[in-house]
Amino acid sequence: MIQVQGEPFDAGAEINLFLTHNANSGGVATFIGQVRDFQEQESERNKSISALELEHYPGMTEKELERISNEARTRWPLDDVLVIHRHGRMSPGEPIVLVCAAATHRGDAFTACEFIMDWLKTQAPFWKREHSETESSWVNAKESDDTRAERWSKTD
Amino acid sequence: MTLNVMYFAWVKEKVGIGEEQLSPSDEVKTVSDLMEWLKTQSPAHADAFADTSQIRVALDQLHVPFDTTIGEAREIAFFPPVTGGAW
Repeated sequence: MIQVQGEPFDAGAEINLFLTHNANSGGVATFIGQVRDFQEQESERNKSISALELEHYPGMTEKELERISNEARTRWPLDDVLVIHRHGRMSPGEPIVLVCAAATHRGDAFTACEFIMDWLKTQAPFWKREHSETESSWVNAKESDDTRAERWSKTD
Repeated sequence: MTLNVMYFAWVKEKVGIGEEQLSPSDEVKTVSDLMEWLKTQSPAHADAFADTSQIRVALDQLHVPFDTTIGEAREIAFFPPVTGGAW
């Protein structure tokens, strides 16, 4: 299931719900991405960032997440996949994304979870903007994300 | 052909609007053609599309390369490379 929402979500509650829906799966892997503590991270730029904003492309975001989730299901034998992603303005410590993958064996669950995150970061139409008290700026894409996503390219 | 043209992130800020209905000339066949045509529409468009190496495109909500033919597509979006969360 795919959920794209502006409101905060309770990752623990969502995981519990996912577990009850997949009580027969042997392994469930989860990943939670949170908003970092900016002040520590950005100290070299000598500005304090107070909030993060994620702009997205309504409609395409859902389609891309669905496509990535379906691709994972074709590559590994998964019982279920859940992706929850926020957009809009958020504060340090809040969860931005939750990925849950349920499978009979842990290997498939772990790998699918990592695959979904790597693809999501380079394919899902989200754009990050950092706000400080005086200004806001768009964050540039990182080559390291492309490199991680390319690991999953099929060679056959 | 009437296209719903959308812009996101700094592309939207440079163009000055998020969405517009446009009817490009008949010579516009591909995404590249459309970007060249857009540059002629206003100084703001010209500025936004000055360096297309920093622009990505989706045709009817699917990522496509610049040499893609627009054909019967209804919606095209221009945006910077995507940048999700920081993990």
